[in-house]
Amino acid sequence: MKSTNPFALWRWEDLFQNFDNFSSGFLRTLQVAILALALSLVIGIVIGILSTAHNMILRSVARVYVEIFQNIPLVIQIFFMYNGLAMAGLVLSEFTIGVVGVGLYHGAYIGEVVRAGILSVPKGQQEAAYAQGFSYTQTMRYIILPQMVKGILPPLTNQAVNLIKNTSVLAIIAGADLMYAADSYASFSLNYGPSYVIAGLLYFILCFPLATFSRKYEEKLKKNDSLVVDIPEVME
Amino acid sequence: MINSIQTVFTRPNVLFLLDGLKTTLLISLCVVILSIVFGTLLGLIRNYEKKFFGKIAGFYIELFRNTPLLLWMLGCAFLIPGSTILVKASIALFLYTAAVVAEIVRGGLNSIPKGQFEAAHSQGFSFFQTLVYIILPQTFKKIIPSLLSQVITTIKDTSFLAGLGIMEFTRSGQVILGKVTKTSEVFLIYGFLAVVYFIICFALSVLVRNWHEKNSENV
Repeated sequence: MKSTNPFALWRWEDLFQNFDNFSSGFLRTLQVAILALALSLVIGIVIGILSTAHNMILRSVARVYVEIFQNIPLVIQIFFMYNGLAMAGLVLSEFTIGVVGVGLYHGAYIGEVVRAGILSVPKGQQEAAYAQGFSYTQTMRYIILPQMVKGILPPLTNQAVNLIKNTSVLAIIAGADLMYAADSYASFSLNYGPSYVIAGLLYFILCFPLATFSRKYEEKLKKNDSLVVDIPEVME
Repeated sequence: MINSIQTVFTRPNVLFLLDGLKTTLLISLCVVILSIVFGTLLGLIRNYEKKFFGKIAGFYIELFRNTPLLLWMLGCAFLIPGSTILVKASIALFLYTAAVVAEIVRGGLNSIPKGQFEAAHSQGFSFFQTLVYIILPQTFKKIIPSLLSQVITTIKDTSFLAGLGIMEFTRSGQVILGKVTKTSEVFLIYGFLAVVYFIICFALSVLVRNWHEKNSENV
């Protein structure tokens, strides 16, 4: 007679016999997260630079992008790519939707982080660079961006943590990620308890070191009186 | 196009969507209020009690900050006995949001100068009186922008409930989607969902920005 406790030992044994589901889901989550992070960094840097540009049109483009992607739930954006675009004839794989959907969404947040970073560098730096004959691109490339990198590292790392957590939205469209693997194993075997605990543990292993690094590094920056970029509006 | 609008926005459909919106807003409101209370408590404990309870609060916060919301929603839905799935999944959202609020509160507490404590103490205030009358009012004034942006995040997060089949705004939109066949109708429904979420969240984010600008002028 098997125990009906949701965390009974036999349930754990069964889970570890089917651990392949979890490891392939974990790998998929990792792949989606890394590619989405790369995409969101590229978008974020472009949006961040555009939103501090002198040209009003460029600034507005960046503003519109950020407002649209920040103020519409990720779930809606993912559903739209999954159903809506498919209806219009653009069928994307779940993997692509994960990378592009999560990447575009977090690109908006990283754009705000980069913008705050650029603004945190004292204005005199830019003026001094211009006085030395640097062009706008050169000023950005050699003066402004290198100085802000340290300061924005903590909020950027927090964004990476949120991005990893948000890849779980793929489970809703059967994206074969860790959350989906855990949920489908759970509903198939009814071993909900162990399944969710293991999934949680695997997410925690990914996120906790990043979150800890972010906190420690920020404390270090504050202690050294370095440039700290504090962005209360972009919590997500 | 006019035809699509007429097929999508019939009276029963609109009422159905509004009902979903009502659920979304109600859940958000309850979750926000409860998690501000619980989150403040957690933040205070983590900051001022460095022993047993402080460690537990710290563990709680780290646990929820480093695992996905959807996992907690599914976990609560399947592992808490009794009650409806709506209540159970909303409890997950509340527990999750409380951890974020706790971190916001802690950030606010740390920004209050130590001298405030010493001054209150020298005036004969007890520790709790200092917290209630001196520290917390200043803290909340500072963290209002962050809390408001957490309200926006919470409203967006309720859309995860759709993944569990709970009839909130996103899910009710999906139900209507199941009834239509044309691409233009599908786009219309997604557009409607997006616009409504956008209006609510954007309005709040404008509030955040105004507050922030007004207060950074005063400092």
